[in-house]
Amino acid sequence: MLEIRNLHASVEGHEILKGVNLTVTAGELHSIMGPNGSGKSTLAQVLAGRDTYEVTQGEVLYEGRNLLEMDPDERARAGVFMAFQYPVEIPGVNTAYFLRAALNSIRKHRGLEELDAADFLDWVKDKMKLVDMDERLLNRSINEGFSGGEKKRGEILQMAVLEPKLAIMDETDSGLDIDALKIVAKGVNTLRSADRAIIVITHYQRILDYIVPDFVHVLVDGRIVRSGGKELALELEEKGYAGMEQKNAATEPVAS
Amino acid sequence: MPTATDATLETWASQEYKYGFVTDIETDSLPPGLDEDVIAVISAKKGEPEWMLQWRLKSYRHWLKMTEPTWQNVHYPPIDYQSIIYYSAPKQDKDRPQSLDEVDPKLLETYEKLGIPLHEQEALAGVAVDAVFDSVSVATTFKAKLAELGIIFCSFSEAVQEHPDLVKKYLGTVVPYSDNFFATLNSAVFTDGSFAYIPKGVRCPMELSTYFRINALSTGQFERTLIIADEGSYVSYLEGCTAPMRDENQLHAAVVELIALDDATIKYSTIQNWYPGDKDGKGGIFNFVTKRGKCQGRNSHISWTQVETGAAITWKYPGCILLGDNSVGEFYSIALTNNHQQADTGTKMIHIGKNTTSNVVSKGISAGFGQNTYRGMIKINKGADRARNFTQCDSLLIGDKCGAHTFPYIEVKNSTARMEHEATTSKIGEDQMFYLNQRGISTEDAVSMIVNGFCKEVFRELPMEFAVEAQRLLEVSLEGSVG
Ligand SMILES: Nc1ncnc2c1ncn2[C@@H]1O[C@H](COP(=O)(O)OP(=O)(O)OP(=O)(O)O)[C@@H](O)[C@H]1O
Ligand SMILES: [Mg+2]
Repeated sequence: MLEIRNLHASVEGHEILKGVNLTVTAGELHSIMGPNGSGKSTLAQVLAGRDTYEVTQGEVLYEGRNLLEMDPDERARAGVFMAFQYPVEIPGVNTAYFLRAALNSIRKHRGLEELDAADFLDWVKDKMKLVDMDERLLNRSINEGFSGGEKKRGEILQMAVLEPKLAIMDETDSGLDIDALKIVAKGVNTLRSADRAIIVITHYQRILDYIVPDFVHVLVDGRIVRSGGKELALELEEKGYAGMEQKNAATEPVAS
Repeated sequence: MPTATDATLETWASQEYKYGFVTDIETDSLPPGLDEDVIAVISAKKGEPEWMLQWRLKSYRHWLKMTEPTWQNVHYPPIDYQSIIYYSAPKQDKDRPQSLDEVDPKLLETYEKLGIPLHEQEALAGVAVDAVFDSVSVATTFKAKLAELGIIFCSFSEAVQEHPDLVKKYLGTVVPYSDNFFATLNSAVFTDGSFAYIPKGVRCPMELSTYFRINALSTGQFERTLIIADEGSYVSYLEGCTAPMRDENQLHAAVVELIALDDATIKYSTIQNWYPGDKDGKGGIFNFVTKRGKCQGRNSHISWTQVETGAAITWKYPGCILLGDNSVGEFYSIALTNNHQQADTGTKMIHIGKNTTSNVVSKGISAGFGQNTYRGMIKINKGADRARNFTQCDSLLIGDKCGAHTFPYIEVKNSTARMEHEATTSKIGEDQMFYLNQRGISTEDAVSMIVNGFCKEVFRELPMEFAVEAQRLLEVSLEGSVG
């Protein structure tokens, strides 16, 4: 589904991604871990098409297409979804209205009928139960005045509503209490399916108790330095990233 | 550093102005130029009584002593008042049309193109329309139905003939003939406009509406509207404006006077879509308008709502004189300037009575090279005990070649007054655009979503069908704006 080859990206002349390679197949759940500033969000945003990052080398194939050539809204319509680490507030724009517009633009692209306001409400209400979210949030402006946890749940709700093929979740678990964490995990698990791939970016092993990953990757200084199964997360928790980097430098240098 | 999204937001392609057609129709026009003879001819053509002519001449003589104001934050080449045609009317058989059947089909076609099919208007319930084409009013629908309730809704010219007492009593009582350069010019040369009178205790059952259309070349449009809401009455009035695309600038200098007596309410909404000029700033309407309402009675209420998307230059400050105790004045405004459009608009709220309240919500949107100025005056007079004002003034910038400016003037002479003023300036953020894009929403839709959200509080004040129209108009004005 997704193939990232030797991806280099920089912002304002600073290289942040320094050759990322990653292959994700439909049905898989990958987790990316790594220290602050290692480039996790950068990777997510480059995949989503944010133009503040410049791709200087490498390629990304999504369902066989050159993802980097597509505009962000095109990517979204083609099924790429990113849950933002810091969801953006958009004053004045009603959440329900926005979400229906988003869903309809994606449905249109998929050749499905657009939903009217009433049908959409039925559609979204089911999904709200999934993330145990207060319906009143739908009538507020997008993320405006939402608590940190509400914003994160809102991202999961949007993901559930838009039914992406490739979902990239950037620290959706950060800043959540344990109950909210379980709810987010439940949301993600419900969405797991054979034709969908999910990438979970996180700092914490604890969410991986609820969302069991097929693969864990460790991103340090713009490169994936280790990849493994779910046990790699436990090892990380024990040894920290420092050990990881050293081990990597000594045993499996990455060509650049 | 401007981001890439800023750059795309700045590539405002020429916006499509779909009302730019010209109707090929025979007109009865005066040669360009202005003197007392021209005024006498205008007055004669309308068969006006002597007092009306004298009022015009008094205004004209006063105007000759005045100079064009320069304090406003707009720039334009000098206007040559002698090159303007002050009267142009579609040629008709000597009598005014009595019913729509007698109106030139070409005129009706023009209004149909504008989305105002008069024939259908008559059949469909909802809106009574008076249409002003260049200098004369061509049709007033629903007149009979309104007459049953004692409501007078007709062209200004007709009111001068049929209801001279009302006109004489109220004309110039809110905007005196000597008020300002443009209003005084209008007082001398106004050609037509609308008149409405709502009798005591009557709630007008439909929206009253006027459609203004400038068609003829080099013609100035100087319409004058007078609305009187008698005790305990209610009326909602809407005006819409369009003009053909021309390379020359055309002057529009209107005057609107509203009078609300005890317990009366007037809601006045404007959707102004005059031709804004092309993307390089060539052509377009100069819109210098004086609109004022007088809350004369106790508990009276006047509310102005305007959506200003057109015109090369907009200069208008719809205001309220809050004379009656407990009276309320409101001003809700959306002004959009794109390409090289300039707007200097706002309101003037004069608190005189006790317990008077004014609410001001202004939303300015600037894009392209557009310059948008809010200018608002709140004046609390000495006797205006417990007056209250709330002003909210928000600016939204799209791209970084446009500008937003705010000039609030506050004058408080009574210590019991309560004033609140909030002002914000924001830019459509690259992060907001990316967030919406990431959910599958195109850049164009994202911009209009944010702009519509920004304007929501004002749309809410418009009658439903016009709110829809206004949103569509904003979208059209934003169309092709993003690469
Ligand atoms: N727009 C930007 N301008 C300048 N530097 C940036 C920008 N975006 C990211 N960076 C820098 O790139 C590096 C990687 O940032 P990124 O957000 O990808 O890290 P991260 O791995 O997601 O970190 P965290 O765990 O703290 O979320 C950081 O040093 C950051 O400061
Ligand atoms: Mg991050």
